[in-house]
Amino acid sequence: MSQVRVLVGTRKGAFILNADGKRKQWEVSGPHFAGWEIYHVKGSPVDPNRVYASQTSGWFGQIIQRSDDGGKTWHQPGTPPGEPTTTPDGTPKGESNKFVYDTSPGSGKPLTTHQWYDGTQHPWEFKRVWHLEPSPNDPNTVYAGVEDAALFRTTDGGKTWHELAGLRGHGTGPQWQPGAGGMCLHTILLDSSNPGRIFIAISAAGAFRSDDAGKTWRPINRGLRSEYIPDPTAEIGHCVHRIALHRSRPNVLFMQKHWDVLRSDDGGDSWHEVSGNLPTDFGFVIDVHAHEPETIYVVPIKSDSEHYPPEGKLRVYRSRTGGNEWEALTKGLPQRDCYVNVLRDAMAVDSLDPCGVYFGTTGGQVYGSTDAGDSWAPIVRDLPAVLSVEVQTLP
Amino acid sequence: MIRVVLPPHLRTLAHVDGDVTLRVEGPVTQRSVLDALEAQYPMLRGTIRDHVTQERRPFLRFFACEEDLSHEPPDAPLPDAVVNGKEPFFIIGAIAGG
Repeated sequence: MSQVRVLVGTRKGAFILNADGKRKQWEVSGPHFAGWEIYHVKGSPVDPNRVYASQTSGWFGQIIQRSDDGGKTWHQPGTPPGEPTTTPDGTPKGESNKFVYDTSPGSGKPLTTHQWYDGTQHPWEFKRVWHLEPSPNDPNTVYAGVEDAALFRTTDGGKTWHELAGLRGHGTGPQWQPGAGGMCLHTILLDSSNPGRIFIAISAAGAFRSDDAGKTWRPINRGLRSEYIPDPTAEIGHCVHRIALHRSRPNVLFMQKHWDVLRSDDGGDSWHEVSGNLPTDFGFVIDVHAHEPETIYVVPIKSDSEHYPPEGKLRVYRSRTGGNEWEALTKGLPQRDCYVNVLRDAMAVDSLDPCGVYFGTTGGQVYGSTDAGDSWAPIVRDLPAVLSVEVQTLP
Repeated sequence: MIRVVLPPHLRTLAHVDGDVTLRVEGPVTQRSVLDALEAQYPMLRGTIRDHVTQERRPFLRFFACEEDLSHEPPDAPLPDAVVNGKEPFFIIGAIAGG
C-alpha cells in the first residue's frame, strides 16, 4: 500500500507526519532541529529518501540539513559524520552553510542595492533560505531561494552552493523591495518537461522566468495590477505571494498575489485575474490538484493588515474551473473564532486518488483532506507556527 | 589547551555535550580561537562569524573572566586565565526574542 509523508517546517523545528495510503492514522516524529526556524523541508522527486531542510536562526545564521533515509537521521552535507573534517589540502569543510552572492568577474554580478521600505537604497545582505526545490531529475541538484532575493543551486547534494547571479543582476534589482516578511525569493517552479525553464517569484519584485537554466531572466508580470506601488502596472515591484502549476501543463500558471488571484496560459507572458467570487482575494497559498489541472485551492485571508480568515472562519476555497468560480470548503475546519494564517509555502497535495490536500497554520495545526478538499481533519493541532508543508507520496 | 563554552544550539550542531577544548598555535586571540574552533568543528563555520567578513554575528557575544570581550579587536590577546585553560572562553547568544 502507498504511504504519505508530510514534511512540516515550523518556527521551532521540523516535524514529519507519516501515514499509510488510507491517511487515517498518523505517526508524528519530531521536533527535528528543535528550537530552530525551519523554513522549508522538501524531498527529492527521484529519491524520496533524500530530504533537504533549511534550518535558520537570527543568532546562528543558515544551516542546510540533509537526510538520506527519509528524515530519520540528518547531517550537514558539507560535514557528513565520520568523514574527515578537512579536504586533502587542509581546507576545513562546512561549506554547506555558505551562501555567498557571486560577484566574480566571470559568472557573477556586482552586489548592488535594493529599495528599502522607505524608498531609499539598502545593501543586499544574505539572511536565510526560504525555499528548497530539488531537481525532478537529479537528487544532488537543488535550487534555493533566499533572502535578500537570489537563486542558488547545488549540484553536489548540498555540500556547496553557487548563486545563479543572472537573476539578481537582471538589471531591475535596485527597484526590488522587501515585503513585510523580507525581500525573499520564495517560489521556485521547475518544468520537468523542459530542463531549461525555471519560474521564480520574489516579494516584492514579482515573477521571473528563465528559459536557459537560470543564466538569463525576464520579468513576467504583464497583467498584474498593484495599487500599493506608484505605477500599479509596473514591470517590477509586485508582491507575488505564491505561484503554482500542474506538471502536465507547465504553461498554465496560477498566482496568489498580495491582493488578487491570477492565471497565465502562456508561461507567464500575460496574466488575468480569476479572483471571481472569493470573499477576499488576499492570501498566501495557492496549489493545484494532483490529477485535475483546472482544480485549484486558495485560503482567503481578510487583509494585508489582518492576517486571519474573514469572519473567523477557516475556509479553503476550491475552483474546478481554473479560477473565477469558487466554492468554500468548510467541513471539518473551524467555522468560528479562528484567527490563524496560512503562509505561502504551507499547502501541498499528495498524488493518491482521491487527491489529498494538506495545509498548516500559524496556530500550529496541520489539516488534511483525503477527498480533494470536501472534508478536513486535523492531523496535529499543537505544533509551533507552521511555515511550510510538503508532501511525499511513497510506493 | 583552550576551553570554549558553546551555546546549546551550537553544541548540538557540533555533536558535543560539554566544553570544547582546543589547541591554539601562536598568540591566543578571539580570531585564533575561532579559527581553531572552526577547523575542529567545520559545521560551525558561518554560525559565529560571517562567512565573508569574519565579523561576529550580531546576536552573539564573547565573554571571559567575567568580562564582555565582544567589542575587543579580534587580534587582541585573550586573558592569561583563558590562555592557560583556567577559565573558558564563552560564546553566548544574546537574550533577545524567543
